[in-house]
Amino acid sequence: MFENLGEMVLLFWRTLVALPQAWRQRQKVFDQFFEIGNASLWMVCLLSFFIGAVISLQTAPVLVERSLSSAVGGIVGIAMAKEFAPVMMSILIAGRIGSAMAAEIGSMRVYQEIDALRTMNINPIHYLVLPRLVAIAIALPLLVIFAILVGWFGGAVVADVNPHIAIPFGAFFSDLRSVVENKDVANGVFKSFCFAIIIGIISCHQGLATIGGPRGIGRSVTKAVVNSIVFIVFFDYILTRILMK
Amino acid sequence: MNDGAHNNHSGVSLRVSGLRKSFDSQEVLKGVDFDVQPGEIFVIMGPSGSGKSVLLKHLIGLETPDAGEILINGESIQSPETADKYRLAMVFQSGALLSSLTVGENVGLYLTEHRLKPPAEIERIVSEKLRDLGLADAAAKTPAELSGGMKKRAAIARALVIEPQLILYDEPTSELDPLSAVNIGQEILKLKERVGVTSLVVSHDRELAFGIAERIAFIEDGRILAIGSPNELKRSPEADVQKFLSADFQHESQSAKL
Repeated sequence: MFENLGEMVLLFWRTLVALPQAWRQRQKVFDQFFEIGNASLWMVCLLSFFIGAVISLQTAPVLVERSLSSAVGGIVGIAMAKEFAPVMMSILIAGRIGSAMAAEIGSMRVYQEIDALRTMNINPIHYLVLPRLVAIAIALPLLVIFAILVGWFGGAVVADVNPHIAIPFGAFFSDLRSVVENKDVANGVFKSFCFAIIIGIISCHQGLATIGGPRGIGRSVTKAVVNSIVFIVFFDYILTRILMK
Repeated sequence: MNDGAHNNHSGVSLRVSGLRKSFDSQEVLKGVDFDVQPGEIFVIMGPSGSGKSVLLKHLIGLETPDAGEILINGESIQSPETADKYRLAMVFQSGALLSSLTVGENVGLYLTEHRLKPPAEIERIVSEKLRDLGLADAAAKTPAELSGGMKKRAAIARALVIEPQLILYDEPTSELDPLSAVNIGQEILKLKERVGVTSLVVSHDRELAFGIAERIAFIEDGRILAIGSPNELKRSPEADVQKFLSADFQHESQSAKL
């Protein structure tokens, strides 16, 4: 897995250098952005609602039993904002979008479309990698903000309707507001931005490195998703440590 | 591969000398030498795995040789100045049209990406090239909607938009029915007559090679074994050349019996 780390760092550097070209590629960035949103929004909505609901369901009865019901909103709020929304949504996006990126670029490589771009003096990093990386780096943090809000809503609904919890909607959000600060949300959004870069670079790199026909494309897709998830979990710990300071 | 606006296609000369390439421990090109004259149709023929496609990738700059040099009009292709000065295009075996774009977008891609012309002008050029290649109605279609022959013609149209001085064709008739293969051969001949572009065709299709070539080079196991006009090649004393040509004849007679 780590054998291509140097190549990925180099790809990231070359994409960073190409960043001034992003405005020229804005139509492709928009197309990718739309595709990411279109492919993921409902899934993000469903997943984050139930994650918020489950956190509420798992923690609230124990806390209510110990007369700590005012902590439920804060726990759901912090857990969603700082951990569950950025990590779970990034894993979802790695599965849905990272795999699609690796498959599309991989098939372009296998069927010589990337060679054709090179013969036309079109840089594949400008044409393929840059729009995808910019789009995912914008889209994932926005999806995470959306996921945080939906997750809070899910937690509040369960806390309100479950007779064993019975924390009113208003009280839940009042407790949540007293605990969750803007920087907690910013923390999660920053993490998701970093994860977006990880997913984008790993997936594009796997696509560009594809060899060997349809089987090779399959291998690249699997590697893109698995490596993205491993790196997300690893960097989640690193970023959490850094952001705690 | 120049980004500037171009007004003519006048063909260039090509010289390949002492070209060597190895992948891992396997030597694929073992010192390839040949010359192509401006405006000539030069065919490189040989069996599968003889190094034809690797050679082509070197000529278009997709591979770097271990040794030897490639000169266009006497200037090394490895120097960035030469790469910018001369316009080279390649027609890939599969066509290599971008599946996410329409045929029209594919054909105009070079001009669009390098912003060489205003959009209306690009549209006009694309329509003209597609019409020239009998694809007037295909502009809005996706590559998946085209037949094999149409894909190759669209790929030729895309190459022509660059106004190339040298076009490289990689197995232009592979996977095509005989009629489409003949049409592609005719397109290559027409291009030479119309714009005088130098054409280098890599193929193992004997019909195509003997039908369009002014000269043919026979490559096997990474070496050029014979070069000459089609008639000279037929009379080549090289046993491998005769074996390849007679095998091709045998294949043809078997096909005829079937």
